Amino acid sequence: MEFLKARFNYLFNSTKGLILVAIAMIAMVTAVWGMLSGPMAEMGVREVVIKTLGMDIVQSEREGRIIILYHSIAMAVVAIEVYMITGLLAMREFYKKAVRVLITVGYMMAMIFGMGFAYFGHNWAFHGLYITGLALIFFAGVLLCVALWPWNREYYITDTNYARTKKGVDLERVAFFTTAVTTVLSALFGAVPGSYFGNGFEVFLAENIIRLPEKTTMEYSVIGHLHIMLALIAIMITLVIGRWLNFKGAWHKAAMPLMILGCIVLNLGVWGVVTPLEPVAHMIIYVGATPSMLAALFLLIWSWGKLIKDGTAGIAKPTFLQKLGALVRDPLKFGPTWQMLFMNFTTSGVGIFMAVRLDEIFRMWPAREERIELTGHWHALSAIIATIILFYYGDMIGLKGKVRQLYGWAIIFLSDLALGAVTVFEMKRLFIEEAVQQPLVNTLMYMIDIGLGLLLVLLAIVMVWRLTDLFKKKGRWTEEAAHELAEEVSK
Amino acid sequence: MKRIVLTLGLLLVLLAACAPVDLDPPIPVYDTGMDPEAWARVPAGTFYHGQEAELEEIPYDYEIMVTPVTVAQYVDFLNAALNDGTVLLEGEYAVAFYPGDPFHGKKHEIRIDPGNYLLVPLNDPASRFTFDGQRFAVKPGWENHPMTNVSWFGAWAYCGSYGWRLPTELEWEKAARGSEDDRPFPWGYEIARNNANFYASRDPFEDMSSYGSLTTPVGFYNGRAYGGYQTLDSASPYGLYDMAGNVWQWIGDVQPQEGFSDRLMHGGSRNTYDMDLRIWVRNSAPPMYYGPAVGFRCVR
Repeated sequence: MEFLKARFNYLFNSTKGLILVAIAMIAMVTAVWGMLSGPMAEMGVREVVIKTLGMDIVQSEREGRIIILYHSIAMAVVAIEVYMITGLLAMREFYKKAVRVLITVGYMMAMIFGMGFAYFGHNWAFHGLYITGLALIFFAGVLLCVALWPWNREYYITDTNYARTKKGVDLERVAFFTTAVTTVLSALFGAVPGSYFGNGFEVFLAENIIRLPEKTTMEYSVIGHLHIMLALIAIMITLVIGRWLNFKGAWHKAAMPLMILGCIVLNLGVWGVVTPLEPVAHMIIYVGATPSMLAALFLLIWSWGKLIKDGTAGIAKPTFLQKLGALVRDPLKFGPTWQMLFMNFTTSGVGIFMAVRLDEIFRMWPAREERIELTGHWHALSAIIATIILFYYGDMIGLKGKVRQLYGWAIIFLSDLALGAVTVFEMKRLFIEEAVQQPLVNTLMYMIDIGLGLLLVLLAIVMVWRLTDLFKKKGRWTEEAAHELAEEVSK
Repeated sequence: MKRIVLTLGLLLVLLAACAPVDLDPPIPVYDTGMDPEAWARVPAGTFYHGQEAELEEIPYDYEIMVTPVTVAQYVDFLNAALNDGTVLLEGEYAVAFYPGDPFHGKKHEIRIDPGNYLLVPLNDPASRFTFDGQRFAVKPGWENHPMTNVSWFGAWAYCGSYGWRLPTELEWEKAARGSEDDRPFPWGYEIARNNANFYASRDPFEDMSSYGSLTTPVGFYNGRAYGGYQTLDSASPYGLYDMAGNVWQWIGDVQPQEGFSDRLMHGGSRNTYDMDLRIWVRNSAPPMYYGPAVGFRCVR
């Protein structure tokens, strides 16, 4: 009994344990449901999985299933971010516990009962429990906002290395708070149309109605919701990485006001799509995205500078190669900001290019080509966020030496190989005709499959290691249970 | 040594992406027993429309082609129309007059004024016909395959030249689904690889390692066996073939929503996954678009 109690305490009462459980849940869902589409479907694996697991796949419900699948995975990712925030930032113990209990029960209910409802027959009790799970996550978010309230004197800071107001209000905390509040509000922005369409049992994917010139308010709301939620998850992970790396100094002071401003304007732009501001909403979104991305760039500049400075500390006049060596010496600390930079190729660059040349190029192609680009670029962003979480996770579980190098570089190479290929696949019509595309498509598919497949294998190895570790009396888990993330912030 | 092998392996994979594709590979020739001139009658009445299966009514009978227009049929039309002057040659394209669309000045709307618009490209190597400067001819073996590389204007002109027209979206859906149930595919609720020609469906016209998935002859999936490849009879309730897979089919609706200048397509194609073969799934493109996986059929 004591054996189980100790493990349960680690898994559900410590930050690292909670993160491990959430990653394991996502890994399981990704591994199983990844076999239902793409090359696995082509090879006939999908049919085997459906039969073996007894899934009930109704053709007309595909879009609804996908929406529940996305939400199940996204809720676990949001939970991981919340664990990180509550582990990194000071807050009252009551709030920390309450937020964690709510979000853990919430995402697990959403995932288990949501997937049960979507893929294994329509048990309406499951649907109710899925909605209950989402509601608990919402309440966790509200409570997190209360816990993060930055104008509480307890959280004022005196250290002038960090962005702060004259009175001492911690602007980084304000940025966390702003992102949390806008995330909760933007969740409502999806919940309202979700209820509307759900009550009528209608469903649609945003990418399928993108070309219709007239959309209903509820349709705009869904489109806005999916965009802003992913953007906010990305902003929040940027803040988390900044805190982990102990982002400070002049760049920090410049970045935090930009992050706050960008986050607010971005949200106003997205919410504006359901108001008379709709015609200019995109312009507001661009205005908001710019400071947010600038803030991320400042984090990159600062962190690369620090990696180089720390890595060449003993050298009087380091050469370019020595500086480069110092920059890439620790892939887990170089990786997150590198991925933020790489994201400009897979997501921002593609998005901006499409927006600029939409009528001349992209709207001359079939809508299906545009759909591939739309879904591809935000899948790539989601995957990049996941890899950033994995870099931090690799550090928090204490990977060292060759294993740290292998783990870190494997994530960088494999994900960039796959996501680079995804980006070329999305944009292939720019440089190849449909009739002659097959060899290119095959090569890109190999790159995507190899990249993502090996990445999942790597994750599986880590998960198996963590599982076996749990059977050890004095395993790695005992150390993790005793340490909080705030204690491990870079010096 | 290991590094060299790895690098060479990677280079080989990358070079494979640049491999040339034979656009006219040797293909098997099969007689499917289908008559491309056949029409099916769809009686007036209600049917289940769209993904949500809403009850809709079409209050008139109509006839629709049992199979998509073939390359041979379209080439006959082109030659006749070239002779009588309704089709003209302009640069790289065969063109014909189109009276234009209403224009509302909406965002992304394409202005389509009265004028000559392209029907087919004359020298696109992906086309299944040739043009020697005087006459159009079918490339051998492709006679009973669906006409592709034809724009919406080209489909509109073909149907119009015989006094027919392109189907509306509702007409197309009803013809594919019948009026009894809400089936997602013309033949029923599930899809197997030998129900239709779609991406990686492993039919005799497919080689995913080189040219990919090609069109199959119209009506190919009629329950017959072709050189050891057994098809399932995949007719719709009204006896139509190829309402799912093979080629996307142009829909006749002009501006189904004000400012929407694209033309709709339904049915999925040889180059899409099975999810796009569901009856209600829409694709769309500007009316001047043509591609190797887009065809059409007419109604009257």
